[in-house]
Amino acid sequence: MDETTRESPPSRRAFLSRSLTAGAGLAALGGTGTATAAAPAVAAAAAVDPPETLPVSLTVNGRRRTLRTDPRTSLLDALREDLGLTGPKKGCNQGACGACTVLLDGTRILSCITFAVMFEGAEITTVEGLADGDRLHPVQRAFVEHDGFQCGFCTSGQITSAVGLLAENPRPSTAEIKELMSGNLCRCAAYPNIVAAVESAAEGRS
Amino acid sequence: MAFLRPTTWPEALAAKAELPGAVPIQGGTDVMVEINFDVRRPEALLDLTRVAELARWSETGGRLRVGAGVPYSRVIGELGDRLPGLAQASRTVGSPQIRNRGTVGGNLGAASPAGDSHPPLLAGGAVIEVESAARGVRMIPAEEFYLGVKRSALEPDELIRAFHAEPATGPQYFSKVGTRNAMVIAVCSFALALHPAERRVGTGIGSAAPTPLRARAAEEFLAAELDWAAGLAPAGLAPGVLARFGELVSEAAAPIDDVRGTAGYRRHALAVMARRTLTWAWNDYRKAREQCA
Ligand SMILES: Cc1cc2nc3c(=O)[nH]c(=O)nc-3n(C[C@H](O)[C@H](O)[C@H](O)COP(=O)(O)OP(=O)(O)OC[C@H]3O[C@@H](n4cnc5c(N)ncnc54)[C@H](O)[C@@H]3O)c2cc1C
Ligand code: FES
Ligand code: FES
Repeated sequence: MDETTRESPPSRRAFLSRSLTAGAGLAALGGTGTATAAAPAVAAAAAVDPPETLPVSLTVNGRRRTLRTDPRTSLLDALREDLGLTGPKKGCNQGACGACTVLLDGTRILSCITFAVMFEGAEITTVEGLADGDRLHPVQRAFVEHDGFQCGFCTSGQITSAVGLLAENPRPSTAEIKELMSGNLCRCAAYPNIVAAVESAAEGRS
Repeated sequence: MAFLRPTTWPEALAAKAELPGAVPIQGGTDVMVEINFDVRRPEALLDLTRVAELARWSETGGRLRVGAGVPYSRVIGELGDRLPGLAQASRTVGSPQIRNRGTVGGNLGAASPAGDSHPPLLAGGAVIEVESAARGVRMIPAEEFYLGVKRSALEPDELIRAFHAEPATGPQYFSKVGTRNAMVIAVCSFALALHPAERRVGTGIGSAAPTPLRARAAEEFLAAELDWAAGLAPAGLAPGVLARFGELVSEAAAPIDDVRGTAGYRRHALAVMARRTLTWAWNDYRKAREQCA
């Protein structure tokens, strides 16, 4: 069993965010005036008790993980901040963009609008868990072959969502793909290539 | 902040009785957006997803009882033939990811005038089953459930357990206007149900008044005008009937101007949706009668 807690060695990302917070705190103490908006919040945060945490054990990409987290932590934050899985992205944090899509027991859900502690015993798959070693998942291959992205920010959500879609409906029509991928936005508007990639994966061509 | 995880219904009711300020969570698709954006800081959260019975539905004595935790994707997949109006509305909610988690129970709990399940629940004559540890079960007709903008008849110590509805005996349709075809809050919406056995018409208007509501005058007018027995009439519906039905639906609404649309646009769109859904429903009804004849 793999124990992961907030006390685990800091990742580069966690370290960066901590240094930033510390920086804001120092600025507030030094009274430089550069962090006026942040100052009261930082001071207040220092005064209150640390938040109550709850344990949760779940299987992520086939590995059993246990962590303690604030009950208000979203599944997305737990995956990214506590488990270091940054495949799921935080695009909107309100359910509207699909960048944080993960699979819950094979069903696609949005990890930003659900609490991590609700997933005791559940099986979660993120984009990191799709490939088989160095062999890409057929949907990942199809996205590469069809150039289904530009900047790539939405891509992990698109791919995970497409895997969920093909589990729900293995042979969708083009119109159905457009409709059933509508929860995943792409600001680069790679939509034609995304649809082509999903079509190709559905037909087993990738 | 307390996070309560009951596994049985009596435990859930006991928790809500003890902490009426606890916010229930089903799919979390409304609750969590509010928490992420700090619109709401509840003293406690009450996770209902471990209460297995809430995710079940059953049919007894010709009535359906659908647990508050059945997600939209299952309403569509498992109940689409029996509750076609609600299934159509469910297909328009958010995105597939939202429909895999979001529930009719949560839509009722939020009681937004724009919630898409409300018009078909009204048109289909659904009844909401709510319960508290102290006072037991109350059966609330959908029409009496919605009290104001995001306000319902639910008391602080009560939880929604299920809704009850009869499987459709006639055509049912739902129509919604939005700025795109996915992920939109309704500018306005309309549901129609024909109940041929009782020669009755059901309607529901969404997003065009402080609460979802029925267009009663339109229902009564149409029930009297339709030639239920001779649905075979080749001419279908008289244009005057269609137009008047549209007007009466539009008059039943009390819309406002807001970011999504003006009151005038909503009234106009409601009349159009009323005429369209009625045309679809009446064509289905006639076809079904032709096949029987
Ligand atoms: C991107 C996005 C798009 C959306 N699009 C639509 C849309 O097109 N149409 C639409 O109608 N809605 C839409 N919604 C809103 C939301 O998805 C729906 O209202 C959904 O039905 C909520 O269900 P839920 O199970 O997720 O509710 P939750 O968030 O779990 O709960 C919603 C409310 O109901 C209460 N509640 C939940 N269960 C119970 C219970 N058993 N007893 C008492 N109270 C309870 C909660 O405390 C809360 O106040 C959208 C939301 C998002 C984030
Ligand atoms: S970050 Fe979850 S849907 Fe946008
Ligand atoms: S590839 Fe840039 S947002 Fe989709």
